[in-house]
Amino acid sequence: MPHSHIDVRYVANLARLELSDEEVATFQPQLEAILHHAEALSKLDVSGIEPTAHATQVFGRMRADVPHESLPVAAILQNAPDQAQGQIRVPKVVTDA
Amino acid sequence: MSISTLRQQLLSGEITPASILERLSGEIAARDPRTGAYLSRDLESALAEAANADLSLPLGGIPIAIKDNINVLGQPCTCGSKFLAENYTSPYDATVIRKLRAAGAIPFGRMNQDEFAMGSSTENSALQTTRNPHDPERIPGGSSGGSAAAVADLTAIAALGSDTGGSIRQPASHCGVVGLKPSYGRVSRYGLVAFASSLDQIGPLTRSVGDAALILQAIAGFDPADSTCLDAPVPDYLSGLNDGVKGLKLGVPKEYFGKGIDPGVRNNVEAAIQKLAAKGAEIVEISLPHTEHAVATYYVIAPAEASSNLSRFDGIRYGHRAANPANILDLYKKSREEGFGPEVKRRIILGTYVLSSGYYDAYYGRAQKVRTLIRRDFENAFQQVDAIVSPVAPTPARKIGAFADDPLHEYLSDIFTLSANLAGIPGISVPCGVTDFDGGKSLPTGLQILGPHLGEAKLLQIARAAEG
Repeated sequence: MPHSHIDVRYVANLARLELSDEEVATFQPQLEAILHHAEALSKLDVSGIEPTAHATQVFGRMRADVPHESLPVAAILQNAPDQAQGQIRVPKVVTDA
Repeated sequence: MSISTLRQQLLSGEITPASILERLSGEIAARDPRTGAYLSRDLESALAEAANADLSLPLGGIPIAIKDNINVLGQPCTCGSKFLAENYTSPYDATVIRKLRAAGAIPFGRMNQDEFAMGSSTENSALQTTRNPHDPERIPGGSSGGSAAAVADLTAIAALGSDTGGSIRQPASHCGVVGLKPSYGRVSRYGLVAFASSLDQIGPLTRSVGDAALILQAIAGFDPADSTCLDAPVPDYLSGLNDGVKGLKLGVPKEYFGKGIDPGVRNNVEAAIQKLAAKGAEIVEISLPHTEHAVATYYVIAPAEASSNLSRFDGIRYGHRAANPANILDLYKKSREEGFGPEVKRRIILGTYVLSSGYYDAYYGRAQKVRTLIRRDFENAFQQVDAIVSPVAPTPARKIGAFADDPLHEYLSDIFTLSANLAGIPGISVPCGVTDFDGGKSLPTGLQILGPHLGEAKLLQIARAAEG
């Protein structure tokens, strides 16, 4: 188990989360305390134990491939922060060549 | 007043669905300014539904309050977050809402909660403080704190909550009401805003075990829209409700009565267990040896799943979008910075860390294996006993603000409820008397009953005996 050091700003960037300096200072000791607590798991012998990802053995079951009605476009667009021409508008994603 | 009593009065014509709503509105206006359980309510649309209520249905004409992370068509669904508070209106009904409506119920009221259900006190709501009706200086518990507080405050007849690590059972215990977390897969999660998908379940908070059974009957069952929802027959939860506990074996896990448990809680829970013994149950001591690892396991797995689930809140399709972003990356990062509160940010960072390259095996992979050990503890226990009885929480409701800036301390208080979610088994909290605690007088305590997967009928039967 690694030592419980976490580079809060680096990890927040992976999660696409901007943080203030105050937040980094607050979260750093709190997250290290939580990770330190989690390190107790390293004392358990889990060799040969299968991981549990789902509480039951039923998951990822497919529906019958039958077309059905979707939500109307207008119902979706009413929640969009910005929209134009029946579509959700976002800042420019591709830079000019 | 119980749902069945109200139903009798509705059928006899003494009252109408509209008169129930009008009376509730009066109670809310009188007491909710202090309690703060309701984030919003739409009396007009509820009255329109009441006018067409089919009283022949099992919940015909009964209003039910809804935690603000369950989608109801045309209603807000803030999840207690600024991210969704501004301009989000649900474009569809969650499956549980569709099923409640099919049973004649009327969704009425949006209940406060910890932001995205992350917390055990409702203090993490970004929108409003909810107070315990038994003592306004204290938390109602959480994350379904608004649901529990309103049922206790008599401003709601019954409510839906969601439980990822105790978020129905613990506030039920703190507010002195009944709270049921069904087995994983028993109730569809479609339309519940996801926190940790392998742990989340929707369930009822009610003033009686019978009411909890009525609501579970309405919301349980297969749903093709949730790929983890079980295609298993739904038994009749009401027919055996009064069958008692004679001959049933109840296990008392020794790990749940160790240090850290308040003496008043311990006394009340032990008295409740003695009452079940007096009614004919056989009480045996059992062991759940991996209990001490439940908090660490849970607080790796739940944030990992949360960090993935909450990536959908990117400021693009719905919810908060930061103004004047420099580019698309800036839009994501600023929208999330502005929209999320501190507990949500902590869990996203923690979850991202335990899933990141170099740490995945040490934290997430290992926690999944310990989850297997915790699940096996319960499988072994249910070879010996019909159900497990324990406290819900180590103490009664604490004061608001007592654990500020100490999230680990708060997490440790979830010790008795987390394991049921990790194992996927059902659990119920039933009121078991009151006790004085930390300067507070007559604060409710709860008895937790845990059963094997899909064992809700027997769980309700035992809970009914504990309540009566």
